Amino acid sequence: MLNLSKFYGGARPQGGGFETFSWYYFRISGIILFVLVIVHLLVMHVTTDVACTTYAFVAGRYANPLWRLFDWMLLTIALTHGMNGLRVMIDDYVRKPRTRIVLLSTAATLLLAFFMLGTITLITFQPVAGAQQTQTCVNQAR
Amino acid sequence: MYKGQSGMWSWLFHRITGIAILIFLFIHIVDISLLSFGPAIYNDGIAFFDSIIARLLSLGLIVAILYHAFNGVRIICIDFWRKGARYQKVMFTIVLVATVIIFIPFAYFVLKPAFIPTVAWFFTLPTMAHTAP
Repeated sequence: MLNLSKFYGGARPQGGGFETFSWYYFRISGIILFVLVIVHLLVMHVTTDVACTTYAFVAGRYANPLWRLFDWMLLTIALTHGMNGLRVMIDDYVRKPRTRIVLLSTAATLLLAFFMLGTITLITFQPVAGAQQTQTCVNQAR
Repeated sequence: MYKGQSGMWSWLFHRITGIAILIFLFIHIVDISLLSFGPAIYNDGIAFFDSIIARLLSLGLIVAILYHAFNGVRIICIDFWRKGARYQKVMFTIVLVATVIIFIPFAYFVLKPAFIPTVAWFFTLPTMAHTAP
């Protein structure tokens, strides 16, 4: 239910249910992601060349648990933002009820699976002793 | 074909870039999970990112991310700013310009490590012809 006349900025989904939450969640998570993704791109491509983001580089970052937290926030918020978008697309294009159930279940399963895989990687990572910089790497961190 | 104007195209590209980024995210979560298998396997996976094709694909991803982010901010302005809907077309132009402008330094940093060896290789070509002692 869109109430077009009363609102200062524009129309808002009014129902108060999951769709209203989803509408706000896209925008709030989008703002947070704007910051997280820009920092992530700068660290991975600008301050260090991507070929130099080796095991040793990651071990150095993950020695600080705040970087693990940063990456986990990026994982969670990006996954939920994206899968919510996928859910909206499935709702837009798929009419048959059974196909909808199959695709929406697949999307939910993918969300769970990738979230678990990413979380386990971030939590359990312990650098192997003796991990050296084995590749020729021209652009080290400046 | 619906003859929508810039509003339709902005929505369509927002959707397309969103799906592209999501698919990349799936691949990325898997390749980072290689960390759990130790430095040899993880570094082998990362070595792919040094190739020129990976760098070009990264540039495509960066364009998608920049457009999706800037257009997302435009959508937020349309929804929460009193005059947002009035300026949606102007904002779309700003989104496109900002995408191109911010993309250029990223392209420089992503291509530079591959560019210099390639350019240097070109300069070695004339000397390769003169191999007589």
